Amino acid sequence: MEGNVVIVGASHAAAQAVDSLRREGFSGRLVLVGDEPELPYQRPPLSKKYLAGEFDPARLWIRPASFYEQQRCEVRLGRRAVAIDRERQSLALDDGSVLPYDALLLATGGRVRPATVPGAQLAGIHYLRTRADVDGIRADLAPGRRAVIVGAGYIGLECAASCAKLGLSVTVLEMAPRVMSRVVAPEMSAFYQAEHASHGVDLRLNTTVAAFEGGPRVSGVVCSDGSRFPADLVIVGIGIVPNVELAAEAGIACDNGIAVDEFCRTSDPKVYAIGDCCSHPSPHYRRRIRLESVDNAFEQAKTAAANICGREVRHDKIPWFWSDQYDHKLQIVGLSQDYDRVVLRGDPATRSFSCCYLKGRELVALDAVNQPRDFMVAKKVIAERVPLDLGRLGDPAVSLKEAGLPA
Amino acid sequence: MADLIVVDRDGVEHKVEGKVGVSVMETLRELDWGVAAICGGMCSCATCHIYVDDAWLGKLPAPQPDEKELLQELSGYQPNSRLSCQVQLEESVSGLRVSIAPDE
Ligand SMILES: Cc1cc2nc3c(=O)[nH]c(=O)nc-3n(C[C@H](O)[C@H](O)[C@H](O)COP(=O)(O)OP(=O)(O)OC[C@H]3O[C@@H](n4cnc5c(N)ncnc54)[C@H](O)[C@@H]3O)c2cc1C
Ligand code: FES
Repeated sequence: MEGNVVIVGASHAAAQAVDSLRREGFSGRLVLVGDEPELPYQRPPLSKKYLAGEFDPARLWIRPASFYEQQRCEVRLGRRAVAIDRERQSLALDDGSVLPYDALLLATGGRVRPATVPGAQLAGIHYLRTRADVDGIRADLAPGRRAVIVGAGYIGLECAASCAKLGLSVTVLEMAPRVMSRVVAPEMSAFYQAEHASHGVDLRLNTTVAAFEGGPRVSGVVCSDGSRFPADLVIVGIGIVPNVELAAEAGIACDNGIAVDEFCRTSDPKVYAIGDCCSHPSPHYRRRIRLESVDNAFEQAKTAAANICGREVRHDKIPWFWSDQYDHKLQIVGLSQDYDRVVLRGDPATRSFSCCYLKGRELVALDAVNQPRDFMVAKKVIAERVPLDLGRLGDPAVSLKEAGLPA
Repeated sequence: MADLIVVDRDGVEHKVEGKVGVSVMETLRELDWGVAAICGGMCSCATCHIYVDDAWLGKLPAPQPDEKELLQELSGYQPNSRLSCQVQLEESVSGLRVSIAPDE
């Protein structure tokens, strides 16, 4: 295919799209527009080893600069796309330039959800999405300082682990009655709560932030029950908002993200969307979902590139994700939103176990803690909807592969 | 730098300069032979699968249990399978010969 393809957003999804478009045979002009000042870099290490100072910054790039040259990709960094003219098939940038397109690929991702309570503008209150964010946090880290983390999702907890490792005194404030409550079963929350406590993290559940105190720097956090926590720095990790505005203002349909079909196409057939910014139908789970994972960004980039180049490919993948806290490797496969029972394989006290989410006899998701084999096998068991024998499933001596009901 | 011989998925052999002191994955990913390495080297994804030439296998430190578990469940698993993010390239193994395993 020839012509013009423009990619908006320069991160995980975009970097893979550049690769996949050329692999699929796109030979025309390829432009990548990103509003961050850097080439696409990996976000997962930001809350993990990079925050802890254990990750060589040179290893953050997803691809070296030479890659974009080899792929004949024009890279426009520090530039924002401001408007899509769908009739003329062109994209306007914030420097006044206009890029024509035959296909437009939106990979605009998400931005952090801001805290809105009084004092939220004080210095020393951080968020974590970009490399610049983490460099800002790192400048505030020193052993003995008091870090208050708002939100006990993956990112908040990874930050807590990294800060505890660096010798800060860490408090985590979470509104819900348990950690990671949106994504894992109570058994998993209990395990991670105990791990954080054993590393000296002060975890406060059922605790809602009412205000930040201090000036010009934050000095403490006040909660709605009147409790107060002194703070030298605060990290807010309360989720992201998908960047849909560019699409929405052009009249492209949105539904918890830029709405795409299984071919990654939006309501305008010349415009595609991939990664954290879009919601898509999941054929396996039979509903519309929006994911925030590197794997999803990567797979959707491949799918969109194939379809842009005229090779029809459907996106139908079982999602997976990982999270590292302390020495524990957590690997998650599938979606645990619609299940009727949980079966544990192994004893959490051994720090190596899996949490299986079932709907009837079908495995819909699995969380593997230091249990990589179950993670790998579960990918297939979920995809193939293998009916399971629940007794055997609960016996860690029986491999997950052998836990299927006899056919 | 140390020499690295890479056999790509089409069976074509390339001799490249590999970065020493980091994993083989870092070199493979930069050179763009379809090594996805989605987790960025955390031994969490098994998308950086390679086969190590038998003559070199014994010269590398043996895989850790978690790497082995991930490998053994790949459909392309062979006794000489490794995750390239878990194999450090050092001067002492200059000339290391690896093949990129099929995408799964
Ligand atoms: C700290 C942290 C840890 C994480 N850990 C994991 C993990 O362990 N495992 C995992 O699978 N996932 C993890 N994730 C999630 C993962 O990083 C995201 O799913 C992934 O980055 C999504 O990629 P994306 O390309 O869709 O969007 P993003 O990475 O959000 O990138 C979108 C880019 O587009 C830019 N942009 C937006 N609008 C415009 C515009 N109009 N013009 C120009 N540029 C624009 C944005 O500034 C941004 O640079 C983590 C994320 C964070 C922040
Ligand atoms: S890069 Fe993920 S396991 Fe090697």
